[in-house]
Amino acid sequence: MADAPRKSLFTQFRESQIWNSIFRHGPPDNTRNRSLAVLTNVFLHLHPVKVRKSGLRLKYTWCAGGTTFFLFLVETVTGLLLMFYYRPTAEYAFSDILDLRAQVPLGIMREIHRWGAHAMVIAVWLHMLRVFMTGSYKPPREFNWNIGVLLLVLTLLLSFTGYLLPWDQLAMWAVTVGSNMARATPFLGNEGPGAALLKVGDISLVTAGDDARFALLAGRFVGAAALLRFYVLHCVGIPLVAAVLMAVHFWRVRKDGGISGPL
Amino acid sequence: MQWFKSAVDWLCNPPILFTLIFIVFFLAYLWKKLTWLWTPRACVVIFLAGGLFVAYGLTDPNFRAIVTKPDNVPIVGMLFLTGFFSWLSMYLGTRNDARIGKNLPPEEKLESEIKILVWPDLVYTEFLCMILWSVLLIIWSIYLKAPIEEPANPAKTPNPSKAPWYFLGLQEMLVYYDPWIAGVLLPGLIIVGLMALPYIDPNKKGNGYYTFAERKWEILTFQFGYLVLWVMMIITGTFFRGPNQNFFGPFERWDVHKVVPLSNINLSEVFWVKMLNLGLPGNWLVREGLGIILVLAYFTVIPMFLGRTLFKRFFEKMGMVRFQILMFLLLCMVSLPIKMYLRWLFNMHYVVAIPEYFFNI
Repeated sequence: MADAPRKSLFTQFRESQIWNSIFRHGPPDNTRNRSLAVLTNVFLHLHPVKVRKSGLRLKYTWCAGGTTFFLFLVETVTGLLLMFYYRPTAEYAFSDILDLRAQVPLGIMREIHRWGAHAMVIAVWLHMLRVFMTGSYKPPREFNWNIGVLLLVLTLLLSFTGYLLPWDQLAMWAVTVGSNMARATPFLGNEGPGAALLKVGDISLVTAGDDARFALLAGRFVGAAALLRFYVLHCVGIPLVAAVLMAVHFWRVRKDGGISGPL
Repeated sequence: MQWFKSAVDWLCNPPILFTLIFIVFFLAYLWKKLTWLWTPRACVVIFLAGGLFVAYGLTDPNFRAIVTKPDNVPIVGMLFLTGFFSWLSMYLGTRNDARIGKNLPPEEKLESEIKILVWPDLVYTEFLCMILWSVLLIIWSIYLKAPIEEPANPAKTPNPSKAPWYFLGLQEMLVYYDPWIAGVLLPGLIIVGLMALPYIDPNKKGNGYYTFAERKWEILTFQFGYLVLWVMMIITGTFFRGPNQNFFGPFERWDVHKVVPLSNINLSEVFWVKMLNLGLPGNWLVREGLGIILVLAYFTVIPMFLGRTLFKRFFEKMGMVRFQILMFLLLCMVSLPIKMYLRWLFNMHYVVAIPEYFFNI
């Protein structure tokens, strides 16, 4: 037995029943197993088995779309952790934010979440710039460009709804300024063009108590109801829609022929 | 160095800043003598200059106060990143153009037929990218605290009150437009226009590689909207708007008491009162007739005229419907600089002013 080389601990682990029950292919040192590594993994199989070499170049993609997706995951994880500590009520919201820094060990979760959000907005813009400059929105990728535009809008909305949650002066007034625009929506805002025409007799149908801004804020001004509404949209509503659209986006990248390249 | 600071403050005033940017933008993209801008050497020089400027600016208390505001730090980053990647796409594009000029395929073509296994090559790149971003975010988060101000107080309006930074371009448009246009119509049209883009772009070339020569028109239009109108409006709205939404140069102190005379005047007042020496007519349709006709003419006559002259080629290639949609979107975009100059040169407030129905253009 002395001439048989000792197997390393890793090799032994790799040959164990546990490992083989998870990864149903041999070590990825040949083409077949490398293909299987992608095909048999639910996360990796978002990718095709092979991609164009040109599409792999960082100078071509800038990794902007991937960065955006990664930042979305960062936001999901850090956001989940923040939800443990944060209560979306006018009474507690502000002090919970203060406590995140003062009381929570390694209290940089809110920082990561906030800077990650800013970075995500920038990354998604750069991704759009890259896709535009390589003409990748052209046939057959028109539809996926549209999904991308929607995702860009959702990214901004995610960031906007999150902006209110610290419940400080910065948050409240930024959202006040932003949501004041809804007041001017044609026909739907009480200061929008055409709204004055919508009335029955002397009774206006569009008032500060039922217009687009009211629907957005659940009130006539940014108050506790708006905080709760923005919280739910921020943590559940918009991420759900974004996740569905992302699934379509990634799937369509593959169905439309993978990362774009010259025809 | 006071003269330098004053000069920069003067240059950052929107009329001068945007005039300069418009000129530089079109010259950089279209003037043959400036193609050296798209070389690595030019990139290094420009970024060194930009970096030096920011570094020097940080020695000034007013500049430092506004640039190092926690939420503004990413905007400085965005400005450099947007600049770099705009340069990079043009660098790669002009390189490809030179190849195409010699009847060679674009660089991407050399490798686009070669297929590489995702494991390990792509997975490796993604992994590295994730690690780099994680490290960057953690360092950034340790050194820069997220902002927290006083508790929300509906009775105390801060001056200035600003929207989140990515909407400051829209807020900046409020200077020139009514809220229903700046806050609802134009943002909506930006989204619609972006979504319509693949369907109204008649150019089949330049799909899947960087190029400029094959897509001059598209790139100019898009970058004008993105770099000049979107990004620069955000920069203006963030760094150059202080109390009461007044303009402040980057080295100027944000003085709440700065008084800027408001002498804006509507087109109807210019026409009826100043030119005809009559009072304003009571009927709004008569009063605003001229403005309404001008706006309608802007959106109908110009497309018809251009479709027969300068854009004849596009018109024939695209057909009526697509051409009209393209022209409408373009005219909406160009209306912003037009409105800016009307304001700066003639103090024009509204071309059509019907406050009775909240309808001002």
